[in-house]
Amino acid sequence: MADIRIGVYVCHCGTNIAGMVDVQKVVEEIKKMKNVVVSRNYLYMCSDPGQDLIKKDIKEYNLNRVVVASCSPRMHEPTFRNAIKQAGLNPYLLEMANIREQDSWVTEDKEEATKKAISLVRIAVLRASLLEELYEKEVAVMPKALVIGGGISGIQAALDIADSGYEVYLVEKEPSIGGHMAQLEKTFPTLDCSACILTPKMVELTQKKNIKLLTSCEVEEVLGFVGNFKVKIRQKATGVNREICTGCGKCSELCPIFIPNEFDGGLSYRKAIYRPFPQAVPNVFTISFKDCVKCGLCEWNCENMAINLNDQDEIFEINVGAIIVATGYDEFDPRLKPEFGYGRYQEVITGLEFERILNAGGPTYGEIKINGKVPKSIVFIHCVGSRDEQVGNPYCSRVCCMYIAKQAHLAKERLPDCKITVFYIDVRAFGKGFEEFYTRVKNEGVIYRRGSPSEIYKRGDKLVVRSEDTILGEIIEEEADLVVLGTGLVPRKETLELAKKLKLSLSADNFLLEAHPKLRPVDSNIDGVYLCGCCQGPKDIPDSVAQAKGAASSVIALFNKRVVTVEPIQAYVREDYCSGCHICEGLCPYSALEFDSEKRIMRVNEALCRGCGVCPSACPSGAIVMRHYTDEQIEIQVGGLLWEE
Amino acid sequence: MGRIKIVGFACNWCCYAGADLAGTSHLKYAPEMRLIRVLCSGRIDPKFILEAFKNGADGVFIGACHPGDCHYQSGNLKTIKRVMLLKKYLKEIGIEEDRLCLEFISASEGEHFQKKVNQFVERIKSLGSLNWK
Repeated sequence: MADIRIGVYVCHCGTNIAGMVDVQKVVEEIKKMKNVVVSRNYLYMCSDPGQDLIKKDIKEYNLNRVVVASCSPRMHEPTFRNAIKQAGLNPYLLEMANIREQDSWVTEDKEEATKKAISLVRIAVLRASLLEELYEKEVAVMPKALVIGGGISGIQAALDIADSGYEVYLVEKEPSIGGHMAQLEKTFPTLDCSACILTPKMVELTQKKNIKLLTSCEVEEVLGFVGNFKVKIRQKATGVNREICTGCGKCSELCPIFIPNEFDGGLSYRKAIYRPFPQAVPNVFTISFKDCVKCGLCEWNCENMAINLNDQDEIFEINVGAIIVATGYDEFDPRLKPEFGYGRYQEVITGLEFERILNAGGPTYGEIKINGKVPKSIVFIHCVGSRDEQVGNPYCSRVCCMYIAKQAHLAKERLPDCKITVFYIDVRAFGKGFEEFYTRVKNEGVIYRRGSPSEIYKRGDKLVVRSEDTILGEIIEEEADLVVLGTGLVPRKETLELAKKLKLSLSADNFLLEAHPKLRPVDSNIDGVYLCGCCQGPKDIPDSVAQAKGAASSVIALFNKRVVTVEPIQAYVREDYCSGCHICEGLCPYSALEFDSEKRIMRVNEALCRGCGVCPSACPSGAIVMRHYTDEQIEIQVGGLLWEE
Repeated sequence: MGRIKIVGFACNWCCYAGADLAGTSHLKYAPEMRLIRVLCSGRIDPKFILEAFKNGADGVFIGACHPGDCHYQSGNLKTIKRVMLLKKYLKEIGIEEDRLCLEFISASEGEHFQKKVNQFVERIKSLGSLNWK
């Protein structure tokens, strides 16, 4: 084996590292180590001159291993792998020491931070001396995308991918696409009619030949990796042959079952065979079997014989190269704030329910009425279920300030004599045109009072909202005929289940976590899986659409490349050592270990191995080697951490 | 009493990312914690842990994904079993089982990482050096 010649580069990262770590001392200490040929420090290793420094040294000193001590390898490993590759070294002969995120930023004492840095660089050098060349493989990408969720984000993402000529499957668990946007009356701050701008997109989607719309479907299982995902989809029984159904609605006319209509927030009724809303896409009826009594009247009244009361769920598999998650949000359940009396008083409703009341297609056909009466006074309450540690939601939902301003405006417009009071903690009108809209609403006579109500109770037939007005510094009681809670946005329960299936990470607030908060806002932690819309965090429609377009272009870029490189970090079996005991076989989560019955040993199927390293840790004969994470490479680091200082 | 020595292991996808988040958020913790990155906690062979104790570690810390969240489906579940078994064995050979610690830390739990590391380092400091022969 040729001599090991290691170059070590300690980055200042401006003052991020050098402000806490004595980089010169680290360089000097490491210089003393065996195999270290050069040891240097530089202001910004990731800069072009920094990378050039490494490349020059590789040639000049004939280096065959490189250690960069800087930020997390999760940040810049690709940068430096690429740099040494350009200088002719195998990219896997790079090792990084994380002396920023895991040292200078988390250590209070300079001396301690320097000691820790020396220790971390030392184990990186030791490990580097044992690194071996590895060669990446290229795997073809299946140029089809799966979009999960048919709200505005999913619709936009699917349209963009389809526009570039690739095939898209759009999975939606409900019978129609449209999502929450289909429930809204107007959108802030421009007061566009929500349905008017959404439905053309829904229709466009059905006209694209390369979009396969899978409504009433759910993702069952996801296997594989970027470029080659195998996804099992459950087509839920809808009881209606969707090829034949014309959406005439005769089935629904005779159905004797009345169910609170989820689309209207339970404020109206629907039948057991129903279409969620008139503009539903696809325009077909669906039986909700949990409500259906199978009387058969719908079947009898359907001229096209489209109804099958014995319909069963079906599971089928699709292959895709990339997945976009756009599963949206749930409205906060205000029953968790019992002091507001939601569920107890009919006159206390959520923001989304009021949206339906305002809508011409809603339960009151757009007339503002509660229990059949026109309210003379309405109270809106901000931040219900947001910015509230008590219910475990410390975050801001980002849309409530503005949707309340919009709803207050619409209420004032339709009921000019109605007294409208808004209770707020502070108004966050941060977006384009938001502040102007908020000012307009105040000028229209909507009263804004700063205070977070503590209680709602009934006095006669009026509701009383009790709050402190924190500007006047006094307790006030405001009478109302209708109270609209500015309910926040919370992660969907179904998204949490889906996250498990896709192995997606969650943020502390349980929304899906992006790969990097600033620079990779549409990537998830899993290669080939992208995020958009409210599943990643509360956001309004333009932000959701922007993120959807971002996710779609990431997918298109991936498909245009046609191949992905797969990290060659996989296990292999040393034939001479393997006794064929099969212990590894049952441990592998990917069934990548196969028995060679001729030689009576195990073999690793490299197409299946993902490199977790569970098998070598269990092999009693040490026959399995995990490339890039070998026993020796890890043990030498353990030893290095325990050196006497 | 000399300075205590700790060997930390972290899986790339959850705990290591959580530790990075603690860094980005500038959450200070005990400098004795130094992490070795592995792709999955399931890669941590019990022999690495025994080697660590043999060669002078006073404590070994393992950070893994929460059960059910493993990037490799079930690697962390194997780690749980291995650690449980190893703790029994450690007791038999005269090493306090508290010196080995398995924590579940997700990529978004920077604060949790800080808390658990500080707790562990405090515990090892109170146990003192291992002096195990």
